[in-house]
Amino acid sequence: MNAAEKKELQITACKVRMGIVESVFQAKSGHPGGSLSSADVMTYLYFKVMRVDAQNPDWEGRDRFVLSKGHVSPCLYSVLAQKGFFPVEELKTFRKVESRLQGHPSMHCTPGVDMSSGSLGQGISTAVGMALGAKLRKDGVRVYTLLGDGEIEEGQVWEAAMYAAAKKLDNLVAIVDNNNLQIDGTVEEVNSPYPIGEKFAAFGWNVIEIDAHDFEQIEAAFEKASTANGKPTVIVAKSVKGKGVSFMENQVSWHGSAPNAEQYAAAMAELNAALAELEG
Amino acid sequence: MADIVKIATRDSYGKALVEMGAVNDKLIVLDADLAAATKTAGFKKAYPDRFFDTGIAESNMMCVAAGLSTMGYTVFASTFAMFAAGRAFEQVRNTIGYPHLNVKIGATHAGISVGEDGASHQCCEDIALMRTIPGMTIINPADDVEARQAVYAAAAMEGPVYMRFGRLAVPVIFDDSYKFEIGKGVQLVDGKDVTIIATGLMVAQALQAAELLKAEGISAAVVNMATIKPIDRDIIIRAAKETGCIVTAEEHNIIGGLGGAVAEVVSESVPVPVLRLGVEDTFGRSGPAAELLHVFGLDAAHIAEKAKAAVALKK
Repeated sequence: MNAAEKKELQITACKVRMGIVESVFQAKSGHPGGSLSSADVMTYLYFKVMRVDAQNPDWEGRDRFVLSKGHVSPCLYSVLAQKGFFPVEELKTFRKVESRLQGHPSMHCTPGVDMSSGSLGQGISTAVGMALGAKLRKDGVRVYTLLGDGEIEEGQVWEAAMYAAAKKLDNLVAIVDNNNLQIDGTVEEVNSPYPIGEKFAAFGWNVIEIDAHDFEQIEAAFEKASTANGKPTVIVAKSVKGKGVSFMENQVSWHGSAPNAEQYAAAMAELNAALAELEG
Repeated sequence: MADIVKIATRDSYGKALVEMGAVNDKLIVLDADLAAATKTAGFKKAYPDRFFDTGIAESNMMCVAAGLSTMGYTVFASTFAMFAAGRAFEQVRNTIGYPHLNVKIGATHAGISVGEDGASHQCCEDIALMRTIPGMTIINPADDVEARQAVYAAAAMEGPVYMRFGRLAVPVIFDDSYKFEIGKGVQLVDGKDVTIIATGLMVAQALQAAELLKAEGISAAVVNMATIKPIDRDIIIRAAKETGCIVTAEEHNIIGGLGGAVAEVVSESVPVPVLRLGVEDTFGRSGPAAELLHVFGLDAAHIAEKAKAAVALKK
């Protein structure tokens, strides 16, 4: 990745973060912390990895994505809007009656959403089903899913992990957004899923551990994940919850609460300044 | 009487899957380590590349089925009713029901007639659970003929279907001229004093009950209600108007199943007495299936008693 490409990704990710703050502020509810922590990986995934067509969202040959941690829908919606699936302006309708942007992803409501999700632990299983279907169709479709580090406390995640490896689904990539915080505290305090990489390795997966906010590392991880070796791949992405909005960073209180007008203004000012510097 | 042929509806399910698999290459069957019992083993043998055993992990299986269906496949997911509707309820609700995906749940070993395995495996709550999921179609076939047709009908329609099959071999009561249609009850016997609306293996018992009642001078109509949802409102309302009282009969908790569905329609449209025969809000127990059905009052004699009580309630 050259400097210009990196800067372009950083600019897009910054705009994605602005969309996250905007939608959660307008809705007066939603989950900014985990949305901000996964913004860089999601930006890279949709802009550099996945074969999708915003003009033809139901294209059968597209790669598939399942937001297993469905509560970070503001991140997915913001990325989809930046990618052109629907107007960025529409993010302001998030969580409102009549909106296409439901609180948690709904596949029949929103262009570009491949699977409804929100109940933790189930998304990875649906991604496994998609990857199995793609193998059966032999059409080269690849499947991606994003999980939370708290989410992997759900037993079903490990049912899915076991099955994906048993079926040799090397067209499946799971990303664990490892921001270390869940609603009731740090993941270690609540019910530690650590060591995450070792657990997936023991279940028969390729494991790649990266800094979730370093585009060079993100790129290297997805390149490695594209090498088929008969195993599914997990990218454990060590992230900062609330990344990009200083007062939200590493604060569990921003898991599922919206900024007030003052906080919104401060967050947007910070993101605008970052954008101005990048675009400098 | 000629020899009665008995076939378990789980066998009918397995047979229909194999037949359909030959003509529909988009048909996939999943199981959770129970292929021999749910009778999907035949499909596994015939089409090994379209059969997936997810192991003992029903929650995962239901969501894998959902994912597969989005790739253009018609997916039959099979396990015991207890685990399909019970353990995996929330997966079925959120990941199959909410997105209205093309997943057909083949739930075998429903009800008390599981027999010796006892209460832990005798699911009498599945219809109630599945009824509350918007857009879920529920079919509880009465015999082999109807069960096989139901599997074809489920595959032919778009959207989720819950099919309820039994372990116990039950009498074949229909011949090949019988036509099953989703959402349609079938009037099997005409009568004027009471209508028995039955589902599943209770339909054969209801037919016998009508004979018993006839001997006592009571004219009982019998309706086979294989589709519990969407319920056939017209046939229920007509029965309420024509006979003035109804008895429902099902191998399921009296709460939330066929009895509940019929009572809802009747009370809102033509309020007449509705007496529900089923498992009396209790858990099952071990024993031979045929014996258990009598122990739990799921037989012709008990239906006939219930019918007489319903007639007595008429004004």
